[in-house]
Parts: sequence; C-alpha cells; structure tokens
Amino acid sequence: MRVNRLALVATVATLGFGLAACGKSGTPTATPGNGASSGAATGDQCSSSGVTLTPATNAAITGSPTFDKIKTAGKVTIGVKADQPNLGYKDASGQRCGFDVEIAQLIAAKLGVAKDKIEYKEIPSANRETAIKGGEIDYYVGTYSITDKRKNDVSFAGPYFIAGQDLLVRKDDNSITGKDSLKGKKVCSATGSTPLQRVRDLKLTEDSNISEFKTYSECVSQLLDKRVDAVTTDDAILKGYAAQNPSKLKVVGQPFSTEKYGIGLPHDDKALRDYVNNALEAAEKDGTWQKIYDGTLGKSGSSATAPQLERY
Amino acid sequence: MNSFLHTLTDNGPLFWEGFKTTVELFLIAAVGSLVLGTLLAGARVSPVPILRAVGTAYVQTVRNTPLTLLFAFLVFAVPKLDIPIDYFPSACIALIAYTSAFVCEVVRSGINTVASGQAEAARALGMTFGQVLGQIVLPQAFRSIVPPLMSVMIAMLKNTTIAAGFSVLEAGAIPAYMAERGENQFATLIWITIGFLVLIAPLVVLQHRMERKWAVTR
Repeated sequence: MRVNRLALVATVATLGFGLAACGKSGTPTATPGNGASSGAATGDQCSSSGVTLTPATNAAITGSPTFDKIKTAGKVTIGVKADQPNLGYKDASGQRCGFDVEIAQLIAAKLGVAKDKIEYKEIPSANRETAIKGGEIDYYVGTYSITDKRKNDVSFAGPYFIAGQDLLVRKDDNSITGKDSLKGKKVCSATGSTPLQRVRDLKLTEDSNISEFKTYSECVSQLLDKRVDAVTTDDAILKGYAAQNPSKLKVVGQPFSTEKYGIGLPHDDKALRDYVNNALEAAEKDGTWQKIYDGTLGKSGSSATAPQLERY
Repeated sequence: MNSFLHTLTDNGPLFWEGFKTTVELFLIAAVGSLVLGTLLAGARVSPVPILRAVGTAYVQTVRNTPLTLLFAFLVFAVPKLDIPIDYFPSACIALIAYTSAFVCEVVRSGINTVASGQAEAARALGMTFGQVLGQIVLPQAFRSIVPPLMSVMIAMLKNTTIAAGFSVLEAGAIPAYMAERGENQFATLIWITIGFLVLIAPLVVLQHRMERKWAVTR
C-alpha cells in the first residue's frame, strides 16, 4: 500500500475537522464524514473485492470527444461518492473502495487508463448534472438513478445495478416491518431526495415526522441517538451502514421501489455510451461483475445478479 | 426565458414552503436576538462586575464560533446528553444565540455614542440603572445604530439557510430538492436570489424610514 504522506496528513486534518464539526468525539482514524460509527472499528478500513483489472491496451472509440479528452490528458476524472460504506467510500488512509468505485475502476481499465491515472472527484448529488455537463468529470458512478428527466441533461450507460428503497432501523426495534408500519414513526433521509419525496407522496408517515440531512451518515447518527426511528433510501446504501454497525442496525428488507443505477455520461457522447455498455456487458458475462459484487455489497449477506442493460 | 419561469411555477409549493419557513425562522430569530442582544449589551455596560464578565465571555465565545458549529452542537451533540430538542427550535436557538452576540456589540457601540452627561444627569435625578438605560440611554443609542443593526439582521436572514443542513426545510434546502427533480440549477439559484432580494427589500425600506424618523442634528 502506497501512502502519500501529505495526503494522509491532509485527510487526517480534514477528518478531525469533520468530526469536530459533527460535534462528535472520536479519534482521527474514525470513518470519514461518518460520526455515526465512531467507536465501531468495522468498516473503517477499505478492502477491495480482489478483482484485478488490467488496462486495455487497444482502447479506441471513434467520435467520442470525452474519450479524446481522456487520451490527451492521459488520465480520467471520475465523479464518485465517498461516504457510502461498501458502495462509494474513502477510508482514513485515503483509499477508495466499494461496489460503485470498483465499477468505475472497471470502466477506466476498459478505457485503457491505469489505476494510478484515475482522479476521483467527490460530487454531491445535487451537482452531478452540472459536473458532467461542464466537463468537470468524465463520468459519474455513484448511486445515480436513471430517470427520464436526467436524460435531458446527461446520458446513462447501464443499469449496472438495481436497488430499491428500504428502511434501516435499530436492531432492537421490531415495530417497523415495512413501509406500511411507518405511521407515527420518525423517518430520516437526505434533503430533497427521491426516497424522502416518496415517503411524503405515499403519506407513509406524518410530514412533521420527516427529518432531512445533507448526508445519510448524519441520519444514521440521529438513528443511533434515537432521534429518528428509521433511515430510508436505497437498500444498497443502507446495507453498507448495517454492515458497518451490525450489532446496532439492521435493514428491514422490504424494498418498495426500483432504482436503476446507471453510469452518468455526457449527454451527446453516444459513442462512449455504447462503449461503456459493451464494457459492462462483457464484465457481466465473464463474471467480473459478480466478483465485484460479492466482494463488496455481497458481504452484507444478500445476493444479487447483474441486471439487463437498457441501451438507447 | 419560458423555461426559466417554469422552474418557479412548476415548483411553486416547494418555493412557497421553503421561503415561508425562512421568514418564520427570521422573525423568531430577529425578535429573540434583539431582546437577548440588548440584554447582553445592558449587562456589558452594567455596574455589576459579574454581569459584565458574563456578557463579555458570552460575546467572545459565541461571536468567534462558526454558526454551523452551533447548529451541529445542538443537533448532534446535545441529544447525546438525552436532551431532545426538535430541529426547528434548535435552528431558532442557534440563530438567536449567534446573532445576539453581534446585536450586543452593535447596541453597545450605540450606547457609547450617548454622551456620558446624559446618564449622569439621569442618575442625578435619582433614576435607577434600569431606568437610565431603558428611558435615557437606549432610545438615544438605537437611533444611531439603525444601519449596522439592519446589516446584522440582513446577515442573519441569509444565515438561516444553514438550517437546511440540519433538517429544517427552508429556502436553503430548495436546490437539493430541485436537483433531485432534475430542474435547472442555474435558474433555481437565480430564483432563490430573487426570493432573498424580495425578503430583504422591506428591511431596507424600514431602515430608511427609521433613519429619517429618528434623524438628529448633532
């Protein structure tokens, strides 16, 4: 493991500040941006699924401005998330891991980019379209649901994963068994997120019982402090947290929506989209996809199979 | 231009709810911080050493603490002590606590503009400290601090947007909703800016009126 000392110092400093800002006590080695797990040692350290990726030597895409840009720069810039354990995560030493991250690395390899030539950018959900449109990132892999509205601004390869909205509750709480048992319960999710909107629209609980924070980690912290009774979002994200704190948290396991995760690409780059779709298809056929899943999200104990691609 | 308008009209209820909460937060925090800030200023000029020390310590601590930290303290740390405060009241407390430190200093500087002969004359007439402050000094002090006080209030109005990160659905939370709805972020932010300009306009008018009404020749 290579450790860039400066990066380490910077990370630790940022962490310390982040934790202080969360009003939490904790050692600087605790989970980045996740005060909820202070004290819990599990899940802090990044470990990869063990899939080795070799950069393609003959990668070529005709008519793709994004690919030309990557070739000229000799590196690829990928938008990811960093606060979702086992999905899109960055640990205390600055290593990145998780299902989404490894899918992103897989695509980079197929584009002929070596692992050390990948530049990651943490893009908040609200800025994803802007970042892709503005060329700030070449592509985005991070629980990015494919929707028609988003297709106006960006394009999607995939889906590479099908998730569904579920509930994360305290382990000793048996009163919440699914979406219809939420009445009178306090529910937390990310500000303005689709899962939150769904809770409102379906009137699963009273409006006054809905709380919203910028990150799911903050919601999980509120859940552990018993200020909310359930955290709701895609099961993929929730399982990551449950795996991190299995003695205190559990996922209900009754998904009530379908979210198709896609790889966000520049809107007009159809050549790149086709290429990425081919790459995903190949990875699904040769078992790489399965290996990545089993080594990351699969550790939560639930199995999954690769979804059917939706080319357009 | 049409799509720019639609950004607002298609999401009317969201903007309405958001800005309504912003105004509520502002009004509560404005009243609260003016009262607490004036009391603090009174404490800082009072003849009681303990009161002065408490006032000074409060201002120095709170004024030098980032507002986000105050919010985080109330929302993430206080619950650990088993003291449950709901999110909206937490936001009000944070805003009041923070803003009153600034109000205190503005009011105190106003008090310092009142010639000391005024307070001495009042005391010579047998007035108590409360009467001197409330009837003689503060009324004269307030007329000279209208512009900076209004600046503090306008800054506070904009500071309310921090509450969005702590589970209060106000104007600052609108961009997150709009992004999830796939709306144009640029248009969204322009509309929010317009919203704040609309909210601040009456404050500016109020300031002008008060300045004119209370103008004194020195």
